[in-house]
Amino acid sequence: MPLRRGGTLVLHCTAPHQGSGRGLRTGDGVDIGTMIRRGLDRLLGRGEGRADSRTVYVGHGAWSPAQPFTPPRYCDNRIVSSKYTLWNFLPKNLFEQFRRIANFYFLIIFLVQVIVDTPTSPVTSGLPLFFVITVTAIKQGFEDWLRHKADNEVNKYPVTVLDGGRSTRKESEKIRVGDVVEVLEDETFPCDLVLLQSSRDDGTCYVTTASLDGESNHKTHYTVPDIETDLLLLNATLECEQPQPDLYKFVGRMYIRREGQEPAVRSLGPENLLLKGATLKNTSKISGVAVYTGMETKMALNYQGKSQKRSVVEKSINCFLVVYLCILLSKALVCTTLKYVWQRQPGQDEPWYNQKTQKEKDTDLYLKMFTDFLSFMVLFNFIIPVSMYVTVEMQKFLGSSFITWDRDFYDPQIQEGALVNTSDLNEELGQVEHVFTDKTGTLTQNNMEFIECCIDGFQYKYGNCASELDGFCVEDGPVNKLQRKAGREREELFLRALCLCHTVQVKEPGPGLGPVDQVDAARAVEERGFIASSPDEVALVKGAMRFGFSFLGLDCMKMKIQNRNKEIEEYDLLHVLNFDPVRRRMSVIVKSEAGETLLFCKGADVSIFPRVREEEVMRIRTHVERNATEGYRTLCVAYKKLSTEAFAQADASLREARLALQDREEKLLNIYDQLETGMNLIGATAVEDRLQEEATVTMEALQNAGMKVWVLTGDKMETAKSTCYACRLFQRRTELLELTVRTLEAGGQKCEGRLHELLLDYHRRAVQDAPPAKGGVSRSWSSAVQDYGFIIDGATLSLLLKPPSSRYTSLFLEICQNCAAVLCCRMAPLQKAQIVRLVKNTKGSPITLSVGDGANDVSMILEAHVGIGIKGNEGRQAVRNSDYAVPKLKHLRKLLLGHGHLYYVRIAQLVQYFFYKNLCFILPQFLYQFFCGYSQQPLYDAAYLMMYNICFTSMPILAYSLFEQHICIEILMDNAILYREVARNASLRWGPFLHWTALGIYQGLLFFFGVHCLFRNPALQDNGQVYGNWSFGTIVFTVMVFTVTLKLALDTRHWTWINHLVIWGSLAFYVFFSFFWGGIIWPFLKQQRLYFVFANLLSSVSAWLVIILLILLSLLPEVLLVVLRKPRASHIQQLKMRSSARKHRDFLSNTGVI
Amino acid sequence: MKSQQAANRPDNTAFTQQRLPAWQPMLSAHFVIPGFLLIGMAFIGIGVALYITSQNIQVLEKDYTGTGQYTACSECADMQTIPCICNVTFSLTTLFTGPVFLYYGLSNYYQNYRKYQVSRDDVQLWGDVTKSPGDACAPYQYIDNKPIAPCGSIANSMFNDTFSLYQIINGTMKLVPLDGKGIAWWTDYNIKFRNPSAQGSLQDAFNGTMKPVNWSKPAYELNPSDMNDNGFLNQDFLVWMRTAALPDFQKLYRRITSGDYALGLPPGDYVLQIEYNYAVKDFGRKKVVFSNVTWMGGKNEFLGVAYIVVGSLCLVMSVVMLVVYAKYKFADENA
Repeated sequence: MPLRRGGTLVLHCTAPHQGSGRGLRTGDGVDIGTMIRRGLDRLLGRGEGRADSRTVYVGHGAWSPAQPFTPPRYCDNRIVSSKYTLWNFLPKNLFEQFRRIANFYFLIIFLVQVIVDTPTSPVTSGLPLFFVITVTAIKQGFEDWLRHKADNEVNKYPVTVLDGGRSTRKESEKIRVGDVVEVLEDETFPCDLVLLQSSRDDGTCYVTTASLDGESNHKTHYTVPDIETDLLLLNATLECEQPQPDLYKFVGRMYIRREGQEPAVRSLGPENLLLKGATLKNTSKISGVAVYTGMETKMALNYQGKSQKRSVVEKSINCFLVVYLCILLSKALVCTTLKYVWQRQPGQDEPWYNQKTQKEKDTDLYLKMFTDFLSFMVLFNFIIPVSMYVTVEMQKFLGSSFITWDRDFYDPQIQEGALVNTSDLNEELGQVEHVFTDKTGTLTQNNMEFIECCIDGFQYKYGNCASELDGFCVEDGPVNKLQRKAGREREELFLRALCLCHTVQVKEPGPGLGPVDQVDAARAVEERGFIASSPDEVALVKGAMRFGFSFLGLDCMKMKIQNRNKEIEEYDLLHVLNFDPVRRRMSVIVKSEAGETLLFCKGADVSIFPRVREEEVMRIRTHVERNATEGYRTLCVAYKKLSTEAFAQADASLREARLALQDREEKLLNIYDQLETGMNLIGATAVEDRLQEEATVTMEALQNAGMKVWVLTGDKMETAKSTCYACRLFQRRTELLELTVRTLEAGGQKCEGRLHELLLDYHRRAVQDAPPAKGGVSRSWSSAVQDYGFIIDGATLSLLLKPPSSRYTSLFLEICQNCAAVLCCRMAPLQKAQIVRLVKNTKGSPITLSVGDGANDVSMILEAHVGIGIKGNEGRQAVRNSDYAVPKLKHLRKLLLGHGHLYYVRIAQLVQYFFYKNLCFILPQFLYQFFCGYSQQPLYDAAYLMMYNICFTSMPILAYSLFEQHICIEILMDNAILYREVARNASLRWGPFLHWTALGIYQGLLFFFGVHCLFRNPALQDNGQVYGNWSFGTIVFTVMVFTVTLKLALDTRHWTWINHLVIWGSLAFYVFFSFFWGGIIWPFLKQQRLYFVFANLLSSVSAWLVIILLILLSLLPEVLLVVLRKPRASHIQQLKMRSSARKHRDFLSNTGVI
Repeated sequence: MKSQQAANRPDNTAFTQQRLPAWQPMLSAHFVIPGFLLIGMAFIGIGVALYITSQNIQVLEKDYTGTGQYTACSECADMQTIPCICNVTFSLTTLFTGPVFLYYGLSNYYQNYRKYQVSRDDVQLWGDVTKSPGDACAPYQYIDNKPIAPCGSIANSMFNDTFSLYQIINGTMKLVPLDGKGIAWWTDYNIKFRNPSAQGSLQDAFNGTMKPVNWSKPAYELNPSDMNDNGFLNQDFLVWMRTAALPDFQKLYRRITSGDYALGLPPGDYVLQIEYNYAVKDFGRKKVVFSNVTWMGGKNEFLGVAYIVVGSLCLVMSVVMLVVYAKYKFADENA
């Protein structure tokens, strides 16, 4: 809707709001999904072009009393993250649970058993199902209750609202758009506010957005200029854009009306907006007007619903499940068909000895067929055991404790260990292919230190002389020189530049500190510390301080510095030409006491060098490049004297541009550009952002393990790049492919065209010309002759994802696949998630892992398959939203290479084994149908059918899946390459699955036909007595229980006492149970089928012999496979040998032959 | 401070740190090859023993369905005259070593048919004839609203051919005593099955019940001569009630353990007199089997052959492995 700028009347744009806000009316029935989709739409630019704006009446004052005032409806300030309410819990939860294919299947089986006359009673499947459903419902209900509690805490938080002159306390959720809210120091803003009034004199307030974007520094926000000090008298409307998730964008206008005047217009920018979730600092009180509330706040729009993450293993399970369902269906179908074919033969349908009841005779043939089909289904349904899900859940739940318990994850500094928020993803840790890591606070400690500087080509290094090895430093010299010194004047100019060219603030003096005398001023300032939007600015100021120049603070636009002679110098701060990522430099214009107007500029080398004289560059370039390759952040410092006329002109144009309502930024940039030319280069600085402990080793290990590391950071490119160099993600020989605003602008064409051109070029270089990668797991083994690194920034990314370019995204991803590391800088939180999603959805859907420490990483943590939070010092958002949290980055190595690998191997075995053992469990039952007239006669007794999966064979595999270490953790960690062996779901692909299935079929056939051959003569006892069908089944069952348990024993590489206990214990229990079950006449049983069957069995030598024979024969191929595979798998053993000399000796003596 | 640290810091136990002492067996050739060798030899040994034992078991089978290629009892096969008695003659040239067991065998007879197999009432067979028989017994649950005892298809279809064996000595027929004891499982006879108890005779106990439809006489007259072998405790009945695993099965009928025949059937001519009551010609065949048993039970060559085969397999495999390992060993040394 067009706005009449400066007009007397503002058209209130409620209509478009209501049109576009359908998904946002979230007070009831919240749909976070819609919210995010909408957010993404906006980010992708889909939603652009809509004339969206909202009008807010400050304090609900109407523009004119005569005009009827209808407040537009906005959502209330309630945050809802819970899923259920008390009323919809039961139906919704049940619905969700039965959406799971397995649960639904068991429900169907149960219903069939209830309705149809089936071979087994409904209890056999109903009871376990009920148990599983109940346990899950309780767990989910509890989790949701916790969410409710957390929501309430936020929503009921008391806030002060100015209402018609009175300040009233309200619950946070009752804030409406237009309310004037008061916030005290250290309080969190309850919604997005436009700052109207601050308790500070200069109309500023300080805010930390640690919980939003992870930046812990204090940011300055400004009040709307020139408004009434008494907010009661303020009569204003505020017009701003519709809610959108970009934290750094806000455009609006305020119309202030005073009696008898035209409304005054003030433009509003992000510096006027206080975001929900940010905290007020260093300011005792502010007032602001609420513009976005509840789910429309920028925080909520950046919040991604915590969706249920499913591991790739679960997908495999579902896949196998479908296969087994097909097997089941075809088995039932085959049996049903054969039954009716068979019955058509004379004399088979209803022999005289087996008359049907009248009811059966009356039943319709097709109905009979159908019920027969269902009966077969029920008979064979054990092929998909409900207990597998219980076992998997237990394994995950118990198994994840090992992460919590691991002492290696304990960090003595924060006195905490690892945290597991979800146990569903343990095995995913062993499958990671792409690691997305945050930079600041994750890769680096976010703790800057001034390392050295270079003035006029001379290198200066501040250092403790005792520790200085080269001995070049000169004692007592304020600036220790190496080799020769630059002129003293130049030194001082450089240091002044460092002291002046920044936006650092000195922390407010504490209440206890009195006025300080001048001599101690510098020390006092240092004690108080500095606040800055970028920690390297602080480092520079502190660096200058070490060399004798101290910044004492900014007071009434006067910058005070103390020089080497302990004299105070004052400079008028005339203009600050702010840093921005495109210019990549910042400048200040100051006026010295001598009346000189000076412009100091510092910035990245590439942005400074073209603006200074060539010969100056020559002297400094080598230093800068050397520093950059060492991983330091480098900045160049230049200055320029401004003549009075030049300054006056610049001043005027700057002021004009600042007030411009249209293209303000562009205009400003133009002026900055003009001003920052023809400067003189003074020197360069090197600042180190210290890497986290073992960051390099960890990254190296991850890369060796075949993972692609992506660095996603909101930081600027240079710093991010230098970090990448520092932790060896990029190496000296790495060729960098850059796709940033800078490279796009360089061509001078349209951005899109240039983008496509570059992409094609890079694609040719990195993908087409690259040596053909070896397929499959080993594709990253061959270290390419030329390593590539890719750099992209946020702006380019959004350009890339916009519709006209989106077909190039696959090109982009292909390039990234072939790069050793990818660096994405200048990313908004949601863009990080976008990148993750992009990679996640590529062909082969690789497993992604995000690691971060700040709230700005939350969206990517939530988006990735696995989200890791670092328990850093930037709040707990990341930790709370992560799946796993560890104290330090270095723990990632053990988490992935050690725990992840093991968990994957364990669960893969668990799943395969479960399917296998049920296949060979049910196959004999199926085969038996051919020998019992397809009558659904169960081969095994009901007790055996029920207990097989629950008692006899469940504990050994559970123990295996908790304790197995096929290779011990130390070796796994030392040899990252081993991680590739399980990459891409190696143990759960169709190959291994077919292997297990074949094994199951082989054994099932063997069990049945072995015993069948024996029963050609059922007189198996030396007293000539014969065995019946239950003896037959029991022999098969006994062989089976022993075989599947021993099969697991064969696969167990790591026998703890627990393994011994459960493996031998289950076998003993089986024997004991069989005696017990057959030893008593059970009054509740209709038929005493197994009475003394087992005991009688054991009195037969033949039965013993056949059991031993069949067990051995079933395991023979497995033993052979294990033994014959050994020589080929010997590289693992070699690794083992390498890792321990002692083991080496033992190994040789043990295995001799190898 | 210290206690807090202790509280947060994970316990340093072998269990929590996944450092439980563990045995890490290596299935190496070192163990496997000799293992296979040993197993192979043992299996071949057992197999040979089984095979020889099985070969030594004497078996004599006589099909008496009366149809098809076997003509014995063809006069009775149409089931017109009841009772129909037929004779099967055979002669032995050598001693049929005792104890000799007499089995009857049925083929294509589905005792393991589900509906058939559940068609019994174990509570009733445990001696409770007063309660109403279970629904599973249908359609042999009631006659005229009186419960059938024993109810159900299994009991109803009880095998009722009877056999008596005579040796022909100088033209006279000498009855070979057949022992009907000890043919059923001890636990079935002593525990699982019970006759209903009542004042007076067994007949009184079965008062108010009906005999199964196909039976010519009620349960309490199955063996009137021996009260311990009558009613639900009749051993033929018990044998029948233990349903067979496969459609071709044999069940123990009698043992020849006493008198002149305790050591076996001497050479000579024999006549097996059969009372032919049981109709099978519509679906299958029936036979009578004489066999002696050994420690491994009846004749079954499968076990012996299987053991020999598996044993040989193990031997072959151990040789193969030896070759493979020798090869790889050299490869390793060269590398």
